[in-house]
Amino acid sequence: MKIKSARNSLASDHNRTAYLFLTPWLIGFFCLTLGPMMASLYFSLTKYNLLNSPSWIGLGNYVKILSDDETFRNSLFLTFKYVLFSVPLKLIFALIVAMILNKGLRGLGIYRTVYYLPSLLGGSIAIAIVWRQIFAGDGVVNDFLGWFGIKGPSWISHPDYVIYTIIMLTIWQFGSAMVIFLAGLKQVPTELYEASSIDGAGKGRQFFNITLPLLTPVIFFNLVMGIINSFQAFTPAFVIGDGRGGPLDATMFYTLYLYLKGFSFFDMGYASALAWIMLLIIGFLTAIVFTTQKYWVFYSDDQGGK
Amino acid sequence: MVKAIANSNLLRHLFIIVLGILMLYPVLWLVSSSFKPNQLIFSEPGLWPKEWTFNNYVKGWAGFQGISFGQFFLNSAMISILCVLGNIITCSLAAFAFARLKFKLSKLWFALMIVTIMLPYHVTLIPQYIIFSELNWLNTYYPLIVPKWLATDSFFILLMVQFIRGIPRELDESAIIDGCNLRSIYVRIMLPLLLPALITTAIFTFIWTWDDFFSQMIYISKIDLFTVQLGVRALFDPSGSSDWGALLAMSALSLIPISLIFMFFQKYFLEGIATTGFK
Repeated sequence: MKIKSARNSLASDHNRTAYLFLTPWLIGFFCLTLGPMMASLYFSLTKYNLLNSPSWIGLGNYVKILSDDETFRNSLFLTFKYVLFSVPLKLIFALIVAMILNKGLRGLGIYRTVYYLPSLLGGSIAIAIVWRQIFAGDGVVNDFLGWFGIKGPSWISHPDYVIYTIIMLTIWQFGSAMVIFLAGLKQVPTELYEASSIDGAGKGRQFFNITLPLLTPVIFFNLVMGIINSFQAFTPAFVIGDGRGGPLDATMFYTLYLYLKGFSFFDMGYASALAWIMLLIIGFLTAIVFTTQKYWVFYSDDQGGK
Repeated sequence: MVKAIANSNLLRHLFIIVLGILMLYPVLWLVSSSFKPNQLIFSEPGLWPKEWTFNNYVKGWAGFQGISFGQFFLNSAMISILCVLGNIITCSLAAFAFARLKFKLSKLWFALMIVTIMLPYHVTLIPQYIIFSELNWLNTYYPLIVPKWLATDSFFILLMVQFIRGIPRELDESAIIDGCNLRSIYVRIMLPLLLPALITTAIFTFIWTWDDFFSQMIYISKIDLFTVQLGVRALFDPSGSSDWGALLAMSALSLIPISLIFMFFQKYFLEGIATTGFK
């Protein structure tokens, strides 16, 4: 009897303490996440400019976005292009450099630091401004090309090229992925390589049959986070372009379009609809990557054999 | 044979060093240009200034409309520090509950917490903006700080949950036998053992808040409340007539806090991202 009541009081103590500790998170969840999500779903079905109260227009915003909005189509295409180039290239580059660094070089720590630093600084306004200047008409890139007699254009004001300067800014920040790959490479058991070289496997086969499969969980994680994050990229497009999507909408990233609709034109209903379409697209892409994982992601047994 | 290996080693070193220089070049260009007189910034390609000047820093630091960059640095530092405290405290409370306590609906809340990690910020952006403007919080720091005191960065909760799961349960159990209650287990046992995860959280919260240009731009428009990022952005005129010397000098300064943190806490960065997969 006494034990039972002690157990009861322990359980209720757990319950009370847990909800006490979770209070900030619960308030945040309801007031800053779930509530606003529902509200933005509602706004997306209205015309709302902050001054007048929202007026219901049903699916009007969605219909307009999907059928009659050139800028939306452009920005979606541009963002896809950015994600499609920057995410895989960054991962491939990170993997190659990690493989080279993993060969036991002297001064590994210094190189790792040097390569990692850009991923820390890259999100700042300062670096975006520097980037803009490096790729400008009179910038360093064109100075360099000039040595070979090539006269480069102003990369940042040319609508065909500016997206690639933003992609390069993202690839430049490969260091964090590289550090993750380095940690993954350290965990590959050396016996696997020894055994396979006794069996006559060359370097290439070792890479594709041992190293790469064991790194797939890391690649998978980076791929998912890379897609989610790069779809939401804002600062580089905002600073390297003119802040309004130019030249010729060539820097009109999805988030920039959403920002301009909401905070320049105060078309909050329309911007909310854009946000929900973005959520659906990101959710869809993530779901695709998740469903393909059983074909290519390899979890060894000691990691839980998922 | 030996020669081939030595050669490839040489090639590898060469590749790594050249790449390293390329990686650092934009930062070096920024620092070097910030010491050049305006007319030399774009005409002199070399990294070592032929003519040194500190004038850019003096002009830049003066800021604009009577507000100096010192004020912007103070503002940014205050926001970042308050955000760090908020994340450390509220995320560790939530993580302790999720990792160690048995409570009703715990599975549901945990699942919801995980889902919010993947949620794009933009879905909640507009209603949050409306809430904060209804509260008269535009042009205050509350919209930047309060969310961190409500544990909305669930990424860090997950990081700490995983860290706590690695701490042996025998520690809490023996503390209970010794008469500790749950609250003092959190304070006396968990917090000290969580220190590495708390430091990782603090570092990344600081950096992300420092660089969070988007929220700062949306919520702050009064110059005396400007952050460093907003100050740098205000010096920059995309149409090309910026005072480049001052702009680059302040840009260089804006990177110093993050670089210093990186130098002092390098170990935590490299371990933190390796174990959790952070940026």
